[in-house]
Amino acid sequence: MSVELEPGLSAPEQGPRTLAPFGRRLCRVVANERIGPYDLVAVEDESGPAPLAGQFYMLAAARAWGGDGGRPHLGRAFSVCRARDGRLEFLLEAIGPGTERLGHMAPGDDAWLVGPLGIGFRDPAPGGRALLVGGGIGVAPLVIWADALQARGMPALTLLGFRSAPYAEAARLFEGETAVATDDGSTGRQGLVTDLLEERLAPGDEVFACGPPPMLEAVRRICAARAVPGQLALEAGMACGFGACFGCVVRTRHGYRRLCVDGPVVAAADLEEGWE
Amino acid sequence: MTLAPPRSTGLEVDFAGLRLAHPVLNGSGTWDAIAAIRTFGAAAREELPFAAFVSKTITLAPRGGNPPPRLWETPAGLINSIGLPNKGLEGFLAHDLPELAGLPVPLIVSVAGFSLEEFGTLVEAVAARPEVAALELNVSCPNVKSGCVIGSEREEMAALMRCVRGLTSKPLIVKLTPNVSDVAPVAVAAEEGGADALSLINTLRATAISPRSGEPWLGAGQGGLSGPAVRAVALALTAQVAARTRLPIVGMGGIQTGRDALDFIQAGASCVAVGTESFRDPGAAARVRRELGQELHARGAGSPPQATSLARERLHRA
Repeated sequence: MSVELEPGLSAPEQGPRTLAPFGRRLCRVVANERIGPYDLVAVEDESGPAPLAGQFYMLAAARAWGGDGGRPHLGRAFSVCRARDGRLEFLLEAIGPGTERLGHMAPGDDAWLVGPLGIGFRDPAPGGRALLVGGGIGVAPLVIWADALQARGMPALTLLGFRSAPYAEAARLFEGETAVATDDGSTGRQGLVTDLLEERLAPGDEVFACGPPPMLEAVRRICAARAVPGQLALEAGMACGFGACFGCVVRTRHGYRRLCVDGPVVAAADLEEGWE
Repeated sequence: MTLAPPRSTGLEVDFAGLRLAHPVLNGSGTWDAIAAIRTFGAAAREELPFAAFVSKTITLAPRGGNPPPRLWETPAGLINSIGLPNKGLEGFLAHDLPELAGLPVPLIVSVAGFSLEEFGTLVEAVAARPEVAALELNVSCPNVKSGCVIGSEREEMAALMRCVRGLTSKPLIVKLTPNVSDVAPVAVAAEEGGADALSLINTLRATAISPRSGEPWLGAGQGGLSGPAVRAVALALTAQVAARTRLPIVGMGGIQTGRDALDFIQAGASCVAVGTESFRDPGAAARVRRELGQELHARGAGSPPQATSLARERLHRA
């Protein structure tokens, strides 16, 4: 894979992508399930295409978006967590005015949606095993990826890390077997998900990870040290989600890359120490 | 340049020598047509919602842009600190221009030099390309240290026009910065120097403090504010410039609806540009155009040129 471009510019397509319908569309919220401290919000998107694992959507509530205090104003980017039969599910954690508003949506509410956006996970090499490594809210894109791998009979093992038992309730979104670590040991193993990764990683594996930047940096280091390929789903503040604003860049070996069009899934080998 | 088949919208505008199907453009740097096609497919080309496409600003040398974080959401707005990432003149001409030439509307290329000589090189090289219908001179980007100088000084503006006006007969649009104590003298200098049109406003200088560290949030320390938060300021500056010059104006700053667009036209603008609202809704400009037609009709304001002309007469009498 040869990428030779000036910094900050579009790289050749690095992964699979389902094109988004042009413009935003109004979708009905059909469920909002509490999972520990998270909200799993489901919307009907029958007119939209099926997304690939790792792709994301820009979401905004159709009403009371930009209410008191004038925020939120822009849409918010979320990896799709599950997609079945025209129904999209997003795992949200209330950390600011946008996620709070979206987390309060109830069935019957409408949401604006743009997507699917960005590029998704590439398939692991034939015969290899996929090691899925998720931390906290970052488990979201691994749910749909685990489903996709299972549906195609590809071997996978899922390792999850959370702060504590309430957060670890999100592990039940996975149908297959998972190993869980928590910071406080209130469920699963006490420790970090990267401890599990160190133990379980075997030659021939490919790592697929999403989580907070320090976790992803640890995953990147492990992949580099063990000479195992890795694909990391990254996050950055985004204004548009389709390459217009140039705001969501991350530093790679090839210069700044926009996560919304050249990611959010990035090859671990394209990142260097200090990227986060 | 491939032009769309003529189809009357009732909103046609003659702008600085360009015949446009309607008055809604994009603000420079708020739409990457190539990335939009990667994301949305051919629809982003075929259904491009702008009557002319304004490129992201091109500089002579390639630029990576500012270190992240580059964005901060404000009440009804957005601070950006992007830093003009672009492939540079050569990279643009070789890679981007052929793709942008496939858009179904006239192409306006935005250029910024860090010296008069750089501006001259950029204008000459870009204007020589038949795919380019007009140029926008970015003299106002507040993100790049030396980029704001020309647009904030009447004499600098006059010197820039002396340098570039003789290099091309293609329309030159000067994009004005709001970060000056009085925008009118700079606008007049552009007019006297032979500019064909003006566009305003660029973003308002702004910053944000990280709630965690107490330090500036943006990687470059400060940036520019856009979105509905700046609309009233943009409207006032548009009216001020419209009163002091005869040049056609692209008005912009927080336009979200047809009503907002009509406000700018009634403040003297001939065209309007949608920027931050496209981030919220990639189809926003098409909706603004539709609503503008409805607003003009509902208020008996006539066509966009009639509404602009009435506004300019009123402003010049005042």
